[in-house]
Amino acid sequence: MDPQNTTAIRRSPAAWLPERLGLKRGGLALQIAARIGSGLLVLWAAVTLSFVSLQLAPGDIVSLLIGEQLRTPEVEATIRAEWGLDAPLPLQYLSYLSRILHGDFGRSYILQTDVTGLVLSQMLPTLKLTAAALVVALVFAVASAVSTAGRRVPRAIAGALELTLVSTPSFWLGILLLFVFSFTLKLFPVSGDRSFSALVLPALALGLSLGAVVGQVLREGLERALEEPFALTVRSWGTSDLVLRLRHCLRHAALPAVTLTGWLVGNLLSGAVITESVFGRPGLGRVTVEAVLGHDLPVVLAVAILSAFVYVALSTLVDVLYLLLDPRLRDESRETGR
Amino acid sequence: MKPLVQIRDLTIGFPQDGSVTPVVRGIDLTIHMGETVALVGESGSGKSVTARSLIGLSGAEASVGAGRFEIDGQSVLGFRERDWRRLRGDKIGFVLQDALVSLDPLRRISQQLTDAAGGSGFFRRQNAARDNRALLQSVGIPDPDRRLAQYPHQLSGGLRQRALIATAIARSPSLLIADEPTTALDATVQKQILDLLAERSKAGQTLLLISHDLAVVSRLADRVLVMRQGRIVEEGPTRTILTAPEHPYTRQLLDAVPSVRSRGFRLSAGSEPEANGSVEARPAERLRIPLPPKRIDETSLVLSASHLVKRYGGASGTFAVNDVSFHLAAGEALGIVGESGSGKTTVAKIVLGLVEPDSGTVQIDGEAWSHVGEAQRRSRRASMQLIAQDALSSFDPRYTVEQIVGESLDTVGMFGEARRQRVGEVLDAVRLGPSFLKRYPRDLSGGQRQRVAIARAFAPRPRLLVADEPVSALDVSVQAQVLDLLAELQAASGTSLLFISHDLGVVNHLTDRVLVMKDGRVVETGQVEQVFASPHHSYTRALLDAVPVLA
Repeated sequence: MDPQNTTAIRRSPAAWLPERLGLKRGGLALQIAARIGSGLLVLWAAVTLSFVSLQLAPGDIVSLLIGEQLRTPEVEATIRAEWGLDAPLPLQYLSYLSRILHGDFGRSYILQTDVTGLVLSQMLPTLKLTAAALVVALVFAVASAVSTAGRRVPRAIAGALELTLVSTPSFWLGILLLFVFSFTLKLFPVSGDRSFSALVLPALALGLSLGAVVGQVLREGLERALEEPFALTVRSWGTSDLVLRLRHCLRHAALPAVTLTGWLVGNLLSGAVITESVFGRPGLGRVTVEAVLGHDLPVVLAVAILSAFVYVALSTLVDVLYLLLDPRLRDESRETGR
Repeated sequence: MKPLVQIRDLTIGFPQDGSVTPVVRGIDLTIHMGETVALVGESGSGKSVTARSLIGLSGAEASVGAGRFEIDGQSVLGFRERDWRRLRGDKIGFVLQDALVSLDPLRRISQQLTDAAGGSGFFRRQNAARDNRALLQSVGIPDPDRRLAQYPHQLSGGLRQRALIATAIARSPSLLIADEPTTALDATVQKQILDLLAERSKAGQTLLLISHDLAVVSRLADRVLVMRQGRIVEEGPTRTILTAPEHPYTRQLLDAVPSVRSRGFRLSAGSEPEANGSVEARPAERLRIPLPPKRIDETSLVLSASHLVKRYGGASGTFAVNDVSFHLAAGEALGIVGESGSGKTTVAKIVLGLVEPDSGTVQIDGEAWSHVGEAQRRSRRASMQLIAQDALSSFDPRYTVEQIVGESLDTVGMFGEARRQRVGEVLDAVRLGPSFLKRYPRDLSGGQRQRVAIARAFAPRPRLLVADEPVSALDVSVQAQVLDLLAELQAASGTSLLFISHDLGVVNHLTDRVLVMKDGRVVETGQVEQVFASPHHSYTRALLDAVPVLA
């Protein structure tokens, strides 16, 4: 390690990362801050939109919020108090904003529970599933791309396998997996979310098709990188093909794949519904479907805002990953930012 | 003593349409310890493939055969990939051109040096930092600690190329192969890199140089092999090759290098070289064909620029162009010389009306050109044409040659039969027959593309032609043809030429007056003969020094 970096570490851990990345004037921190700022703007817009849609929806707000629950004067009074419906509209909006900011998404009158608690408790299994599916996808994509890129026969086989995986609906893949591994081989539980082994099959069902899509992009990127002049230079050092692929070319190939993965993971959250149903797992997907079917508006609004949050978080993450992966982008945006 | 490399009857072929197309057709190559050997030829001659076959990297599809192929006394015929890997970097180091793409752009210099030195696997040596620092110092990079932490794109072209060389010599290989190590570099930087290689050669490093330019290798090489269409056409000590070449092709390569003596004469042979087959047995002595005379009308100024200033990045920004004045008479050729970053391209953009100067004025044909609305300029634009460095990217890839050339006639409102005729005329002038009309730019060679660009520029009969590094991406032999064409057409049409280049040799050959730029300022100006014979500014002298000469 060179002396510059060791002094940076001694200074403070926060200053270490930007220095390590070659950013002396807080460039990266500034760029990340700008991206988070624009993300917050999007979130604010999502919250405002949900408030406006509530106002514009046909019918009385109270009955919208109650949903299919029986309407009694007591319930109506509670709702009016909670949403401040007697106050003027701007005040209603401000109190709505402040409640959201405090993490209070109101109450579901159908389920007779706080929306925040409900959504959070259901989010955990979904996040677990999504994360596991992402791991499956990335392992599959990297393994398939690295081992087959630029090799004619293996790449044809992998291509065919990926096409099959992409074109198989995840619920069908789930049913197949269940049939083979749960009913026949009895290796994994059929349903539920009690143990880690219960996560394996749904993660495979959800992650494999994702991995197949990402794998194709990754392989294409790898093949392009392997054709670059620098690959010849690296080979001329006596580097093995595997090291060339993993240490050098994979990073080049990762740039387009990261964008795609971020977008697909955002989709996973909503796409998880079907997989959750097939495997009888709790999760956000099921809650959403039930809330939509039961006109449980407070839950629907909370999920809408949450999914906006997820997309904003993912796209910010993708942007930051880009900066970490490609040093040229850091300098470029620093120059234009100057 | 046994030679380091001994090859007999090397053939390399690539599969194409079911059969194997030979690229290298039976060449012999011997390199002794401590020797510097140069392999010279134009693109497609098979020289790079030959070099790559020495480290087993001529490509997975290549079929390599030889009667004898020994490196360091060991036969490499039948070598497998892992055998080759042990050889690469350790016995033979390899330097490619253009370190911006030949080094991994996403890894730090320190990481790449460690990669190059690190042997196999992910386990790294101790003391890597110290070794890396010493390596950078050995290739003449000042302040190595700062450079180690940087990425290739953060280094200047010269430092980058040095870093690339450092990776190749990280494990002190017995043989260093440099494949066009200075192509795409400015003349002064090129000289530095050649000096570095010469230094290493003096220290006992065995070198194999690959280049299209005899002048570049003539300083370094002990022995030169001239390669053409997969065969060695001539071989011998450098001195003999330069002074008494036997093969007409060697003669042609020598003549193609622009020099003081070549001024006023054609650089390429009168007839087009045969596309395939051998050059007919012409006498090898120098037969220079003079260029047609020019008519310069000093009284009619086509372009005059006075006190141009342009700075980028606001009032506190750096000056790209700082108080530059010049004029150009009808039929005259003015050269602007400078290194990358000297502001010469910005001057071209100001002249073309693509960049507005912060202060100063440009007049075209006596009328104001800068600081007037684009609507007023548009009708006058046809009188001004540009030839860019990279012809391919200046063409619409979906256009045929006919459309590309015809496009420039939109501005003068020439359509239908008249347009077809004019396109045929200018294509004829650049010696591209009617068979090229329907072809696409990607199917053309680099020289042909540049000729299409020239045809397009001349088609609307411009008064002023701006050529921005039009030949710096071309082989010397192709460059010769393109320069000859430019000179001929310019003389015949009486068009004024603003010629921008980093290569003083080229400028000397083509232009009447020259403007030397450094850091946005004009440091010297005058008649070409005068500036070349007695340069006043030290920078001009440095530039002149850097021009590779056949010596």
